[in-house]
Amino acid sequence: MMQRIKSFLVNNGPLLTTITIFILVYVAGGQLYPAMKKPQVFFNLFVNNAALLIVSIGMTFVILTKGIDLSVAGMIALTSAASAALLVQGVNPVVVIILMLLMGVAFGVAQGSIIHYLKVEPFIVTLMGLFFARGMAFIITLSSLTIKDPFYRYLALTKLHIPFFEKAYVYIPSLIGPVLLLVAIYLANFTRFGRTVYAIGNSEQSAMLMGLPVARTKIIVYAFGGFCSALAGIVFSISLLSGYGGYAPGMELDAIASVVIGGTMLTGGVGNVIGTLLGVLINGTIVSILQFNGTLSSWWTRIGVGVLTLIFIGIQSLFYMRKKHS
Amino acid sequence: MKNNTPMFARIRENRLFWPLVALALIFIFNAIFSPGFFKIGILDGHLYGNLIDVFNNSAPLMLVALGMTLVIATGGVDLSVGAVIAISAGMGAVLINPVFGNEEITNAVAADPNLTNTPLWLVVVVTLAAGTLCGLWNGILVSRAKISPMVATLVLMVAGRGIAQLIERGQIMTVYYKPYHWFGNGFILGLPVSIYIVAIVYAIAWVLVRKTSIGLFIESVGLNSKSTYYSGISEKNIKLFAYTFCGFCGAVAGLILGSYIHAIDANNIGLNYELDAIFAVVIGGTLMSGGRFSLLASIVGALIIWTFTITMYIFGVPANALLAGRAVLVLVVILLYSDYARLILNRLVERKGVQHDAAN
Amino acid sequence: MEHPDAGSIVLDGKLVQVRSPQHSQELGISTVYQEVNLCTNISVAENIMLGFEPHRLGGIDWKKMNALASEAMKRLDVAIDVTQPLGNFSVAIQQMVAIVRSLEVASPKILILDEPTSSLDVNETNQLFGVIRKLKGEGIGIVFITHFLDQVYEITDRITVLRNGKLVGTYTTASLPRIELIGKMLGRSLTELDEVSKAKQKSEQKMNMECLLEAKGLGLTGTIEPIDFELHVSEVVGLAGLLGSGRTEIANLIFGVDAPDKGSLAIKGKKISHFSPLASLENGIALCPEDRKAEGIVGDLTIRENIILALQARYGWFKFISTQKQYEIAENYIKLLGIATPSPDQLVKNLSGGNQQKVILARWLATDPQVLILDEPTRGIDVGAKAEIQKLVLQLAEEGKSIIFISSELEEVLRTSHRIVVMRDRKKAAEYPGDVDDHTIIQTMAGIL
Repeated sequence: MMQRIKSFLVNNGPLLTTITIFILVYVAGGQLYPAMKKPQVFFNLFVNNAALLIVSIGMTFVILTKGIDLSVAGMIALTSAASAALLVQGVNPVVVIILMLLMGVAFGVAQGSIIHYLKVEPFIVTLMGLFFARGMAFIITLSSLTIKDPFYRYLALTKLHIPFFEKAYVYIPSLIGPVLLLVAIYLANFTRFGRTVYAIGNSEQSAMLMGLPVARTKIIVYAFGGFCSALAGIVFSISLLSGYGGYAPGMELDAIASVVIGGTMLTGGVGNVIGTLLGVLINGTIVSILQFNGTLSSWWTRIGVGVLTLIFIGIQSLFYMRKKHS
Repeated sequence: MKNNTPMFARIRENRLFWPLVALALIFIFNAIFSPGFFKIGILDGHLYGNLIDVFNNSAPLMLVALGMTLVIATGGVDLSVGAVIAISAGMGAVLINPVFGNEEITNAVAADPNLTNTPLWLVVVVTLAAGTLCGLWNGILVSRAKISPMVATLVLMVAGRGIAQLIERGQIMTVYYKPYHWFGNGFILGLPVSIYIVAIVYAIAWVLVRKTSIGLFIESVGLNSKSTYYSGISEKNIKLFAYTFCGFCGAVAGLILGSYIHAIDANNIGLNYELDAIFAVVIGGTLMSGGRFSLLASIVGALIIWTFTITMYIFGVPANALLAGRAVLVLVVILLYSDYARLILNRLVERKGVQHDAAN
Repeated sequence: MEHPDAGSIVLDGKLVQVRSPQHSQELGISTVYQEVNLCTNISVAENIMLGFEPHRLGGIDWKKMNALASEAMKRLDVAIDVTQPLGNFSVAIQQMVAIVRSLEVASPKILILDEPTSSLDVNETNQLFGVIRKLKGEGIGIVFITHFLDQVYEITDRITVLRNGKLVGTYTTASLPRIELIGKMLGRSLTELDEVSKAKQKSEQKMNMECLLEAKGLGLTGTIEPIDFELHVSEVVGLAGLLGSGRTEIANLIFGVDAPDKGSLAIKGKKISHFSPLASLENGIALCPEDRKAEGIVGDLTIRENIILALQARYGWFKFISTQKQYEIAENYIKLLGIATPSPDQLVKNLSGGNQQKVILARWLATDPQVLILDEPTRGIDVGAKAEIQKLVLQLAEEGKSIIFISSELEEVLRTSHRIVVMRDRKKAAEYPGDVDDHTIIQTMAGIL
């Protein structure tokens, strides 16, 4: 019995740590600012970080394969600009959404193929992808385009009330993230694709020698990343009801931070999407605390997230070195 | 059958060859399609013309490319150069004019071109120090904490803009102090000051890497860090130097950039410089995996991308629209110089050779 | 994984061309490599079954997969919790899992085990042998690659000896005494190398008894057992031993690539307090590493740059060796060592193995070391160049340097050394004067003496 508990703790250590941190941060916030104790504050985490959650889920799979996707923020901006432009032309919103998702997948497939077949480092390819996507967004429109489409407006403004919590509500787009999370959990744990992702992250060569479909899996991973970025872009454009190439600056770091804080290692093969959810929530809680404080400007969140990321990566580094030497 | 004389082959193999060819092509294109491009006149005692503007405005990018070259040569990368520019320029602006908010606009005293809160030399020193410290920060993360360069500099790239915003309290700071404008807009002996600054920094860099062993060690670390370690060279300190120097270059670039229109916007100053810097370095022949580098080739590379951008402006293409094209260009250049491309080229050459022999 | 450019492979009477690892598996050949090629972050069951794991409606059938994996492991008499990540288990168990996977993926007719016992202790090795015997009983042919002679005699029916990439011969284990086996592994001499012996005699007359380098109880836990060792001025000490006996590890300890955690090392009476290549450089100790390509040359730099690299490292960043002086030094050594190249600006990666080795040698000679450690300096080099290097070693000793000469070729070690230290199983087994006969050394290596 003791052995079972012990091995559970060891195998899930990082996740448990992250849960603990989230609880600590949230409780601390509640103590500092009593207004934070209202249930709506918790649900607002899902409202305000809807796009971040979606994009981070995609990023988790990429990082699990020991890769990285810096283009996510660019894709969000491109999706917002393209959607806005199409909607202004009067294209059916459902068609727009489908087109955007296809675009995301195509973009991801392109990146994944260059990374795997042309053997270029992921960060270089996706860094160029970032600039390319933003660039395309600017070609579509140089300044912000407003979305007036009624369907989008409906999605943006309709409140869904939470059962059991009297005054609490979320919006429809806020639900996409949690649903995607469930899909991701299924993919990661119940499909050959998911298990191959973990295998590749541990050792691509071993995965190949084991006969696993490495090329196909890697490309699907980046395609999924592109899909998530596009989906996040749709959510983003709904919440802002506009599109612009300069949106979501630095969101790639927020996504990476969420994934890393959630316990997924940049060295690949270790981590899971539940941790990423917690990473997003922690990120969101810190932002909330800063907002409740009111005196510290929002730029401190940029800095705070950066420092937190470094700390977690530093810890991961130590952990990794220790493991290598034992 | 060789169709190249030995000398022609040597010229072709020189690092500078292809970059200069590319630059020449752009110049020729401009000579044909945009008539006044090469016109140079004299105005107010200094040279004046499109070409002069090109050289003047490309100076910050040349500086950033110099720093980026050393970092990439060690096998790393610095994504934070834009943020470093913003932080450095912001520090300078704040020291000159610490008056914030609406006061700045309506306060006639603050708009006095002869007024500065801090002596200019101190402003310059602090600007340079700020950027150099950022570089040092990156260097420590990479060399001591063993964090991957991409991640370490990504953090500063994003957080750094936040720091710059904090420094400027979210305002776009306008510097009215006349002498500050000199860096980006002044002239010495008819040529823009910025060119002299680039020349000085290039000279410093050249002396540091070619007249000391630092250059050789950087190349060695980038090519084979294990053998380099076995030869008694400290990889850590070499990397620390490279990142610190890159930060310094960013600071100088920030000084000049801030000085051009003397309005420093923490969000937009130096935006996308990392893309163009990487382009300048790779088209100069330095591989992203590290190794041999050429400072001069990187400067030519910076000139290439800048002139290309200006040429597009002249033809009515807005800057942001070019972003996508530049990104694709960088990727193409990286692929052209990669082992993969060499493999394909070799196969093509082999096949041609076989055909030739068969014909004989 | 690699393709032959000569010869053929015949399987079950049919000629085959193996295109890839996957293809070999399909043909019935399974390989378990020295570095276990599995993924330590996923469970044992996944490592065994991933790629053909059982499914049910809605995804992977974990229950069934775990059950099947457990069964498979029990067939080899190994009972473990297959739901735990592979990394939680010892290397021995990981190897078992690798074997089980290769048995489950396809039914192999041939199982190749590449150095399976390198990381195993006695009990684990016995467990592995139990498995091997069982598989043998099931009709599977097993190729057991190893350098542990005890194990060869314990488990094998036939022995094939390879040396320097060439086949020496195949023999039945029962009819090949250990001494003969070692003899075949080490090879015999050639007349061209007799000159070297003459050079050695001359050197012996001048041997100095002053102790230059002294190691007392020097060791590193898990790598080298504490070792006592002395090196005198003008002396060549040969380090003999089979692969894996610890020779390179000792070299790395002395040179400071790894820091010892036991004992001490002193040069000219002064104890070494800081271990690093740079510190060794400053103390006058040099190392030509075993892996020329990965640890020695910087292939894309020129000969000149490679040669002055260590010397420049000692001078530091700012005391720059002028380009003119660099060319002088380079050309001096090119002539001295006979490096075959049209110019010092040739890239080292374009040189032959022998010339590359000479460049590394030149690099360290340029720093004027007192102690020079040569780890397999003649590996992969033609006979002529071999002789040159051996002659050079003795010449250097005569000039006052002290050399530690490591080689897998016993002939070489005997020819060039004034004294020979034999390593076995990560510790010093014995020490002999230079005129010892090879038989004694072989017996020491075999563990008989």
